[in-house]
Amino acid sequence: MFFRQAGIFHINYAADRALFPIPADRWMVGTLLALAATAPLFMNTLYLSSYMLPWLVWTAGALGLNLVLGWAGQFHLGYAAVMGIGAYAAVHGVRHGIPWEIAVILGGLTASVIGIGFAFAALRVKGLYLALSTLALQFVMDWTISHVPAISGGTQATLQAPDIRLLGWPVTSDAGLYYVALVWCLLVTTFMLNLRRTALGRALVAVREKDYAAAVIGVNSFYYKLVAFATSSFIAGVTGAILVNTFYHAVTPEQFSVDVSIQALAMVIVGGLGSIIGSYFGAGFILLMPGAMNTFISWAAAQFGLSLGIETLAHLPQALYGALIIGFLLVEPLGLGKIYNNVRDYLLVWPFGYVKK
Amino acid sequence: MDAVLLLESAVNGALVGLMYSLVAIGIVLIYKSSSVPNLAQGSMTMLGAYIVLAISTGVGAPIWLAIPLAIGVMFFVGIGIERLALRRLAGRPVIMILMMTLGIEIFLRAGTMTIWGGTSRPISLGISDAPLFLGPLLINRAYAFGAVVALAMFGLFVLFFRTRTGVVLRAISDDYTAAWSVGISVERGVALSWAMAAVVATIGGVLWGSVQGVDQSLALLLLKAVTVAVLGGLDSIGGALLAGLLLGIVEGVAGSFLDPLLGGASRDLVDAAMLILTILIRPHGLFGRHDIERI
Repeated sequence: MFFRQAGIFHINYAADRALFPIPADRWMVGTLLALAATAPLFMNTLYLSSYMLPWLVWTAGALGLNLVLGWAGQFHLGYAAVMGIGAYAAVHGVRHGIPWEIAVILGGLTASVIGIGFAFAALRVKGLYLALSTLALQFVMDWTISHVPAISGGTQATLQAPDIRLLGWPVTSDAGLYYVALVWCLLVTTFMLNLRRTALGRALVAVREKDYAAAVIGVNSFYYKLVAFATSSFIAGVTGAILVNTFYHAVTPEQFSVDVSIQALAMVIVGGLGSIIGSYFGAGFILLMPGAMNTFISWAAAQFGLSLGIETLAHLPQALYGALIIGFLLVEPLGLGKIYNNVRDYLLVWPFGYVKK
Repeated sequence: MDAVLLLESAVNGALVGLMYSLVAIGIVLIYKSSSVPNLAQGSMTMLGAYIVLAISTGVGAPIWLAIPLAIGVMFFVGIGIERLALRRLAGRPVIMILMMTLGIEIFLRAGTMTIWGGTSRPISLGISDAPLFLGPLLINRAYAFGAVVALAMFGLFVLFFRTRTGVVLRAISDDYTAAWSVGISVERGVALSWAMAAVVATIGGVLWGSVQGVDQSLALLLLKAVTVAVLGGLDSIGGALLAGLLLGIVEGVAGSFLDPLLGGASRDLVDAAMLILTILIRPHGLFGRHDIERI
């Protein structure tokens, strides 16, 4: 009903290959874009800067991880370290007088170069061993960042992130920072949406499904794994730089520890491997879940007259977070993106369910 | 740096390394039978130690009774994890299985902290703190005891794999389809290996808890255990033992050399470097089988 397909006839290739062939999807995307663009007008600045902004930035990050995990099928347990490299490189760049836009891109390129280091493990081993070597590289990066004073500014140090100056204009207002995050998120989303209809995207999927088979049909899996890691690391680096500049305003090694890597993985798994809308859902879910859980737990405790200790309250959201990952893998391994697709498929032919196959 | 200090850090490193292999044996047991890399072994170790504490302080049982009781509880925890979570993922891509064990790791660690709290607590096995001198070498009694237990566990496993059940497990790890076709219940074998891994985790947790106190840091043994397991070859228990020795010695010696140079915490760096080097140079480890897929 909502996503009516009746009367849609493609008479040229361009229309057939459109990103959103169904008008309902176009309307929905348009409405969401309009809402996102006007959000600073009607949204409380608190919500804007503490919910919307991190959600958008983390969505870009999750999309970057999805490129390597969902598209190319390579495990990456050191994603946060790559984000950290970008963040530190960009902050140091700006502190040394490089304009912000160039510093952010430099951060992305630095992350990309070091991220290829992660890929070299991927070029030799796969599956479990790749996961373990990226995990080890995450620890090496953590150690390097926190123990080299030239990078972190000394042990236990916090490095202040300089204010953003975009083309000479200082961006300091909440709305301005929000737009920076929004534009970056939309850029990454557009890139990922288009990826699936390019040769690169199809090659990555071929490598994911079976690299021997990909080699047989002429896809150089060595090259495409390298490209996947480099591209994903570039996205990670820029995302890390933007996260630090717009949200944290300071950079410390703990912001990019192994727990954050697992959090990014959880976003992709909960959202759905290889699903773009899923990355939005996953990032939102993982970011909002602890707060919502805390509210729910204290409400439930008050309702049933339980008195929970501070330690219980501190660790219970984390336990539920673990339980959620387990639950998603058992119930819906393809995550929230798949649930969305199921609903959409149902509505596509509703109320004539028998039309479906 | 004189020779005695070097030898002392090597010997104590070796003892610590044997205690690492106690945690690593759990990973090896599970990987052998079901090719599941268990990233939850660290938090299973932590849970085991907390259950021992809960029984000994909550019920008031003496420690020699609390440990067997906790082992019994953990046996069923291991079976439960396999039955409820891992069995349903059989045949899925390794990404899903790794993520599942990571999820279990987060769940067990945070769940343990939710129930019992995060403050570090001592667990006393009645080992005296008095220094033990072996010639000029000062040796930590707790580490020595842990190393002896690790060797004893290894001996027990060697004997166990000669029993009827042990032969069944070896058949499963050799080729589970073939084992299935001759009427071996692969599910039961895999569940048993999870249970044994949980039991080993409890013993490891108690020993490590007596050394460094029972708290969240027990779960961090995961990185060391993974390094040891990979270095030894993921499907070799003897390999895990030797790799533990090797890692312990390298870590102890390199740690005492590098710590003053690098400003501390160089042990984790040594671990990570060992893990990366093993994977790049010899991914099947020292004693693992050679059928690991390489590109």
